[in-house]
Amino acid sequence: MVRATSTQKNDAAPKKPAKKGRRASAESMAQKQREISVSEFFTKNRHLLGFDNPSKALLTTVKEAVDNSLDACEEAGIPPELRVEIHQTAEDRYRVVVEDNGPGIVKAQIPKIFGKLLYGSKFHRLKQSRGQQGIGISAAGMYGQLTTGKPVVVTSKTGKGRPAHQYEIVLDTRKNQPNILADTTIDWERREHGTRVEIELQGNYRAGRRSVDEYLEQVGIANPHATITYVPPNNRAPLMLERVTDELPPETTEIKPHPYGIELGMLIKLMKESTHRSVSGTLQAEFSRVTARVAHQICETAGLRPTATAKRLGPQEIEKLYRAIPKVKVMAPPTNCIVPIGEELINRGLARELRAAIYASSTRPPTVYRGNPFRVEVGLAYGGDLRRMAIEEDSLTIKAKTEDRGEGPITLLRFANRVPLQYQQSACAIFKAVVDTSWKSYGLSQPRGGLPVGPMVLLVHIASVWVPFTSESKEAIAHYPEIIKEMKLALREVGRKLNAFLRRREKDRLQEKRRSIFSMYIGELARSLSRLGAGDETRIQKKLDVLVAKHAPQREVAVAAGASEVADSPVGLVEMSDDGELDDGELELDREEPRQLSLVDDDAPSAPKASKKKAAPKKKAAPKKKAAPKKKAPARKATSKKTTTKKTATKKTATKKTATKKTATKKTATKKTATKKTAKKKTAPKKGRRS
Amino acid sequence: MASTDARDKKTIGKLSKLAREVVRDINAEKDPSLSIPSRSLGNVTFDEARSIIELGDQKQQRQLFNVAHARKFMQTFLIADACRELIDEGKTTSIRDLYYITKHTLEGSRQNTFEDQDESDPIIEDLEVTIDALREELHLFATNKGSMVGPMTIVDSGDAIDLRRLGSGGWSIPSIVESNVIQFQECDAEYILLVEKDAVWRRLNEDKFWRANKCLLLTGQGMAPRGVRRLLYRMHKELKLPVYVLVDNDPWGFYIYSVIKQGSINLAYESLRMAVPKARFIGMSSMDREAFQLPDNVTIKLNDQDISRAKQMLAYPWFDKKAWQKELKTMLRSGVKLELEAFSNKGISYISEEYLPKKIRDRKWLA
Repeated sequence: MVRATSTQKNDAAPKKPAKKGRRASAESMAQKQREISVSEFFTKNRHLLGFDNPSKALLTTVKEAVDNSLDACEEAGIPPELRVEIHQTAEDRYRVVVEDNGPGIVKAQIPKIFGKLLYGSKFHRLKQSRGQQGIGISAAGMYGQLTTGKPVVVTSKTGKGRPAHQYEIVLDTRKNQPNILADTTIDWERREHGTRVEIELQGNYRAGRRSVDEYLEQVGIANPHATITYVPPNNRAPLMLERVTDELPPETTEIKPHPYGIELGMLIKLMKESTHRSVSGTLQAEFSRVTARVAHQICETAGLRPTATAKRLGPQEIEKLYRAIPKVKVMAPPTNCIVPIGEELINRGLARELRAAIYASSTRPPTVYRGNPFRVEVGLAYGGDLRRMAIEEDSLTIKAKTEDRGEGPITLLRFANRVPLQYQQSACAIFKAVVDTSWKSYGLSQPRGGLPVGPMVLLVHIASVWVPFTSESKEAIAHYPEIIKEMKLALREVGRKLNAFLRRREKDRLQEKRRSIFSMYIGELARSLSRLGAGDETRIQKKLDVLVAKHAPQREVAVAAGASEVADSPVGLVEMSDDGELDDGELELDREEPRQLSLVDDDAPSAPKASKKKAAPKKKAAPKKKAAPKKKAPARKATSKKTTTKKTATKKTATKKTATKKTATKKTATKKTATKKTAKKKTAPKKGRRS
Repeated sequence: MASTDARDKKTIGKLSKLAREVVRDINAEKDPSLSIPSRSLGNVTFDEARSIIELGDQKQQRQLFNVAHARKFMQTFLIADACRELIDEGKTTSIRDLYYITKHTLEGSRQNTFEDQDESDPIIEDLEVTIDALREELHLFATNKGSMVGPMTIVDSGDAIDLRRLGSGGWSIPSIVESNVIQFQECDAEYILLVEKDAVWRRLNEDKFWRANKCLLLTGQGMAPRGVRRLLYRMHKELKLPVYVLVDNDPWGFYIYSVIKQGSINLAYESLRMAVPKARFIGMSSMDREAFQLPDNVTIKLNDQDISRAKQMLAYPWFDKKAWQKELKTMLRSGVKLELEAFSNKGISYISEEYLPKKIRDRKWLA
């Protein structure tokens, strides 16, 4: 804070001695004009980075550290195991500890990464990752330092047997340089490799909406492959999220910019700095999807020789080139660099957090905005308890929003590259897409210009090499028409699934009502008939049961909810793309991959790398698993998921058998009292879905 | 009584046959259904020759596997079984009692077999028509309603009762008046007078109208209940006495008369054993206001319900007679109705001393 106030003084001080008449001269002004360091700028404009207020600051700090950890783990091919702790150290002070099992950081890099703004690996590339700029974690450290004076403590270990380095770093805000306060080597037995960041900051912890709790729950939804342990402050019960899949999302790849997304200034810069001689060569080297033929076409359209020297192009010529680009058909950028969560895993991610009656999801094929490939996916959880399967009751933040709302608006969860967005909902393209979708046609009511109403959690995820945020604090997605259009298409897809479910449920409800009416009376009727001498009561009752089943047939209702419903419900069913092959590739999307078919990783372009060899054979079993309807209710904590993968196929048939057997015995043993229940059980295991 | 036993056996046979038919369907996995003669206006015909309302052939199917019928289906057999039990035990009870006997909460729900008596009464009537059994054959009776006095001695359940010596209250007419319960003994009456209103009946009784005019004086206290109607029928048939009916001068009064004469829509199946087609409408006629010079201020304006009812009655085939059309039209034209008590305006005993004797003397009645 010291520096910030002193700058303010400088601003204010010269006002008094200013001469009468003219308040300042060019010279007097020149005295005050000096360079501003990035860190100084952000010290004053901390809201741009998400440190507007104490509770948001705490959240942003956790968020930046968690994003980094997940990115690092994934990039290294390590299934993430995160531990997040928040300790209260004073009334308004908290110590945030985020620890991961990532690859660790090379000793020399630690100070820069945590003690320098705008330093990182992610800014200069086009690749899907959570972090984009290289500001976040150092800004968090800086904020902590400004508000508490405490340094950032970073511990990192890069491999088994290697030492763990522990640094205490502060950031020199004027120079934007790290200052190392302490540098020690410690024993870190617990982890073979990983990084631990501790930041103490002035903050405010609260549960509920936009809390760290909610943030981590949402991280859990979008990252079903991550195990997260969260220890909240004030002795609140910890939150344990076990991963629901062992398979990491496939590695994302880096791509070059696509010519359609380029801006004039950027093109000028590329031409001037080109290492290639000719315009054509430069175009081919700097852009994706520009072949020699395409480069020639561009040059031709611009009236330039393809062999012209790139560096010598004048501004007008470059502008001609710039204007020519959209006129030439260029294949859409490669999209295998985009890795969606996948329909199956979205459902399972939702099921890990929420107990809904139905889960449905839809992953759109990749498409492009401004030359940047992106994919949109939508998932929804509807009805049921919508209760989080957490250990403790009072941190159920999503639940808090969704239940006892009767007819409140849905809960919208926004994600960009698997990172939950929590602020500025109404400024976000996602919000607009949801509001602009006509939910009435899918069975939900919707006030004009608002979110639809109902017990529903709606997840919208955009994955892209460059997510266009409206600000550096990454809170809302900019309103690109291409993005909103894709979102709407995805929303419609899940909307249709929801509608099918709602209609089916309505039908079931009616049937159930009929059944309950009949069942209620047949016991009484059987008794009367029997007493009137028409036969044995039990026999009559049994025959009546048969008739009831005939008149109000019971569809198999997966009341168990959870992931089981996801798998066998036609609604949750993940469909194969219907439009198959792409023709000519012109502006069509590069579809090397079919749409999500089963477990998300199956069809991923960059299939498992070296580190994932172990997982490979498991994967083969996946499509089969899909075919057999799951009968098992999901474990409360989804812990079992890990092990089920392999065994499911055999286990499933076994469960099925026993289930049928059970029914058989039950059937004979049935007394009139159990009518309703038996009817249910009778039909349940045998009949499949409507299929 | 041997005859009673045989009748009971027959009734139980009918009840269990109904149940067995349903079970036969159930066993064949066919949807059980009951054929119940429809007791609505659409299914009654007016037999002009016999001048009674009869139940038509229309039946309504009550199906167990119809959400709207299921409850009634169950109730029908619940009542049937309760009646069987009554017959088995040789007991007779009121329909209200039966309601309580059969009322209980359905297993596994909060619903009751019957929520109120209004629900159980029609089921009893359904059962009567379905198995073609009389209410008394099911060992049921309605609450006593109606009184009688007059120059006659009857035997009621073995007790001889002199209807001349019953003070102001008269003999309370039970709902079951079959010959096994009620027998007629020496009778001096020359005709039967049924009065709609209890108050008028009391007036006539206090004035000993029945003694002076040698008549049996009855009231049904409003719409005559089954017992009163059946008794009228029996006395009319067995004692060969003409029946006169004295009701208010309003559509409701006319309707009471018509029920006694032709039978009711709801109980059309009982017409044959209750209707007295020769019953005479003695009053109060729309023409009486003028004939007996009643002042305008004792009239009451017809309300909407009266008017629509009167218009309805104009269309009933059994009112399709010149005199009745005139009667109803005169009432509609004048727009007013009159209560029997209006005669008290001319003197407290005017009705017993002047009006009735004159009407009968002058044979001023409608048939």
